[in-house]
Amino acid sequence: MKEQKGIFRHIDRPLVVLYLVLVLMGWVSIYAAVYNNEHASIFDLSQSYGKQLLWIVTSLVIALMIILTDAKFFNAFAYPIYGGTILLLIVVLFAGTEIAGSKSWFQIGGFRLQPAEFAKFATTLALAHYMSALDFDNRKRSSQFIPLIILAIPALLILLQNDTGSAIVYSSLALVLYRQGMPGSILLIGIAVAILAIMALLFNQYIVIAVIAVLLLGFIFFIRRTWQNILKVIGIFVVASLFVLSVEYAFQNILEPHQKTRINVVLGKQIDLKGAGYNVNQSKIAIGSGGFWGKGFLKGTQTKFNFVPEQSTDFIFCTVGEEWGFVGSTIVVLLFLALITRIIMVAERQRSEFSRIYGYGVASILFFHFAVNVGFTIGLMPVIGIPLPFFSYGGSSLWAFTILLFIFIKQDSNRLILV
Amino acid sequence: MASRIYADRKIVIISTFLVIGFIYIVRLFYIQVIDKSYTLSANNNVLRYVTQFPARGLIYDRNGKLLLYNEAVYDLMVIPRQVKDLDTAEICRLLQITPEGFNERMKKAHDYSPILASAFEKQISKETYGYIEEKLYRFRGFFVQPRTLRKYPMSIGAHLLGYIGEVTPAQIEKNSYYKQGDYIGISGIERAYEKQLRGIKGLKIRMVDVMNRDVGSFENGRYDTAAVMGGDLYTGIDAELQQYGEKLMMNKRGSVVAIDPKTGEILCFLSSPGYDPNLLVGRVRSKNFGELNKDPVKPLLNRAIMGQYPPGSTLKMANDLVGLQMGVITKETRFSCQGKGSSPIKCTHDHVSPLDVYMAIQQSCNPFHWQVFRAILNDPNYATVKERYDVWRNHLMSMGFGRTLNTDLAFELKGNLPSSAVFDKIYGKGHWNAMTVRSLSIGQGEVLTTPLQLVNYAAMVANRGFFYPPHVVRSVGTEKTKFATQKNVSTINPEYLDIIIQGMTEVFSGAHGTARAFKIDSLTMAGKTGTAQTSSGKDNSNFIAFAPVENPQIAICVIVEEAGYGATWAAPIASLMIEKYIFRTVKRKEIEDRMINANLLNN
Repeated sequence: MKEQKGIFRHIDRPLVVLYLVLVLMGWVSIYAAVYNNEHASIFDLSQSYGKQLLWIVTSLVIALMIILTDAKFFNAFAYPIYGGTILLLIVVLFAGTEIAGSKSWFQIGGFRLQPAEFAKFATTLALAHYMSALDFDNRKRSSQFIPLIILAIPALLILLQNDTGSAIVYSSLALVLYRQGMPGSILLIGIAVAILAIMALLFNQYIVIAVIAVLLLGFIFFIRRTWQNILKVIGIFVVASLFVLSVEYAFQNILEPHQKTRINVVLGKQIDLKGAGYNVNQSKIAIGSGGFWGKGFLKGTQTKFNFVPEQSTDFIFCTVGEEWGFVGSTIVVLLFLALITRIIMVAERQRSEFSRIYGYGVASILFFHFAVNVGFTIGLMPVIGIPLPFFSYGGSSLWAFTILLFIFIKQDSNRLILV
Repeated sequence: MASRIYADRKIVIISTFLVIGFIYIVRLFYIQVIDKSYTLSANNNVLRYVTQFPARGLIYDRNGKLLLYNEAVYDLMVIPRQVKDLDTAEICRLLQITPEGFNERMKKAHDYSPILASAFEKQISKETYGYIEEKLYRFRGFFVQPRTLRKYPMSIGAHLLGYIGEVTPAQIEKNSYYKQGDYIGISGIERAYEKQLRGIKGLKIRMVDVMNRDVGSFENGRYDTAAVMGGDLYTGIDAELQQYGEKLMMNKRGSVVAIDPKTGEILCFLSSPGYDPNLLVGRVRSKNFGELNKDPVKPLLNRAIMGQYPPGSTLKMANDLVGLQMGVITKETRFSCQGKGSSPIKCTHDHVSPLDVYMAIQQSCNPFHWQVFRAILNDPNYATVKERYDVWRNHLMSMGFGRTLNTDLAFELKGNLPSSAVFDKIYGKGHWNAMTVRSLSIGQGEVLTTPLQLVNYAAMVANRGFFYPPHVVRSVGTEKTKFATQKNVSTINPEYLDIIIQGMTEVFSGAHGTARAFKIDSLTMAGKTGTAQTSSGKDNSNFIAFAPVENPQIAICVIVEEAGYGATWAAPIASLMIEKYIFRTVKRKEIEDRMINANLLNN
């Protein structure tokens, strides 16, 4: 076998193959989702599948350009890139075009750009750059808080654009912090807080508080009953109770009505098949009606006849579920898991701290997108409008995910050279 | 490198990812493979099962004239669950209904089924249909179903043809062929031939998109079935005769039924007062039905088969036939008549005495027939009155009395021909005799007959002893009905019928014949008048007849309720009908005018 030469020599082929497979499956799914007889050619540029092909081709060009760039560039220019995107996020608040309630787009002729998509890799670069610095030390206050600030700035700006979904994505980078030594208890507390919040919304708040009290009393029974411990438990109780009360207050007074209904529908408190629940219900019908083997390519009726909204973007997974059934859906889920697991494995073989941290960031963001997007199409997550990486129609997101992934692939290909 | 010590955390992270992925796969397996309700919902979303209603069969008269055909109309259907973002005001305006009316219809449809189609507004006119079809894409959950309405072009034969109406829930439960909003024959031929007329429904499976627009057939129509049109009925009805009869019977209560004795085919079948059958069609049906139902002259009552009348003197020949058959009288037997002084039954005519059976029929002599009846019930060949009565009754039943005739008409009643057990019960066993039940001899008392039985009896006489069940339909499509092969032979020998026919001919031709005023010189007719007493105190005018005697083509029965003598109304009407049928035109305009113009409704 001929030895590969030059810069392509150390490219991780499984990652590239998985990327190409997912992108091609996405393209075919978009074609099936919006297929119509009058524009039967998948290359028809007047249709979203034709346009998506353009995005795919340009993405490949971008990927190639990243491979051709010096690997040190991204580490060295992490902050300028981060700063540039932050600037774009600020500018879009003033100069952006509002689409579907979110002011997160630059409209340049017929071309739209969503800076929030690009902020993901920029933030990940900045985070990796900061945390891989030689003076980074978990035990230092600044080392604990600056990463959070790096995450918070873009998240808040995106929140201001009224694009809650994209903002929440940044929380996934907590996994990177965890991998880098953030105490697991913080992650556990985070999860506990999330569970408590859900309980507070699901049940009467006083019942939840009562249950907490009973659990803590039982806990006291098992630990050494020193005054110190008892005071700690009482402290936990007070904080938890206040939290429960404030969740209810926040839910009632801060969230907007459509957000409330979305949460209620996901929690099963509200069945609203015409309103907020309509999308999820139709999405479940589309996927559920696929059966084991699916209805077959272009045979999906729910997506094609527009019963499923946003069927080429946020709900693209419906087409997979309907036309390829359980078999196809499972293959897609497994491909994503394979991609993400491979990224982590590749990240772990990095000698460069920067590369590894960046790799974990890529894995976290991709997984978060995958889990939330597929989760809401099958009714396991609230409908947070974020795209399914490589599948959903849209230039910004495909470009941004391509850049996100290929910077990592480039870093990896240089792992033997870089320190 | 400090963070190397956390390397095992990759296990935690990868495990978390895999667990979530696994949960998703389980969830997918549940909604895609285990829970079938999503497939059902998907089908409800996309598939529209459009019933293809077959055109109901047409009905023709004996000369190929249309009695009943179909007219296209449209039903606006709704599937309540799919109604979304509806412009209620717009739909109210198009259909010209009030918002309350809208809500009412919607509720009714929803109560029937939220996911199945039911009729929101029925029988929309072609113009309204035009508007609605244009805007249908804006009314999600609505679609238009073409249907047909029955149309009676000559407006005749209401009782005969009957009408159709929506199926009741009970009928749907009994027969799964029917769905809510389907039509079913309720009376007359529409009911009797429901199965043949309705055809076979077809089904088209269409696909619609989220805007409820039709986007093509499902799997290229692989599961579609075409509707099979109902069979056409070819009847023996003579539309012109029917129309003429209805004209003659205007403003009279009663019935006219005519049949072709050779086949039993009904030529004319009417009950008066009638109504325009087009009144009981479509949206106006229930309103008109209510009005007709309240009308004191009972236009909805089908007197031809449900009216049970005392036959009066028209029954006398049956009595004579039994006497001749049993041998208690011969054609030479004469009985005396003391006219009005006769006992126990008076005579209403003045004539010679004693007189034979010919003269007795010609002049409708009551005492003669009473004495025949007495002779029968005293026949020494039998031991008891009961036995003799049973013989008499069985002979009459063989002529079609006291039983239904197995025709193709629904709701046929059997009149009344009491059995000996009834008299045993009334008078006690052995405590009754000819004297007790003497009224039967002149067609009065307990005996009741329907016009259909009387005309059948006339046909039996015309045929010299047999009849075919009177029936309307000759053939369904090309398939002949069986009636004309079901020969019913009476228990009377043909030679005795010749005697009776002679007497009945003299009713027209005899110097004292009760219907001599209505004879036609070029036609030998046979008939018998009847003036039947009723409980109201007013006499029904009855007449039966057939012609030509030598080759009978028509037998007829006319009853005009509470109108007086048989010879005054029923006889001339019957005579005109025969003339119309045999000659196709009526020359006796003076009689015709008198009959048409007479109003006997309030007699």
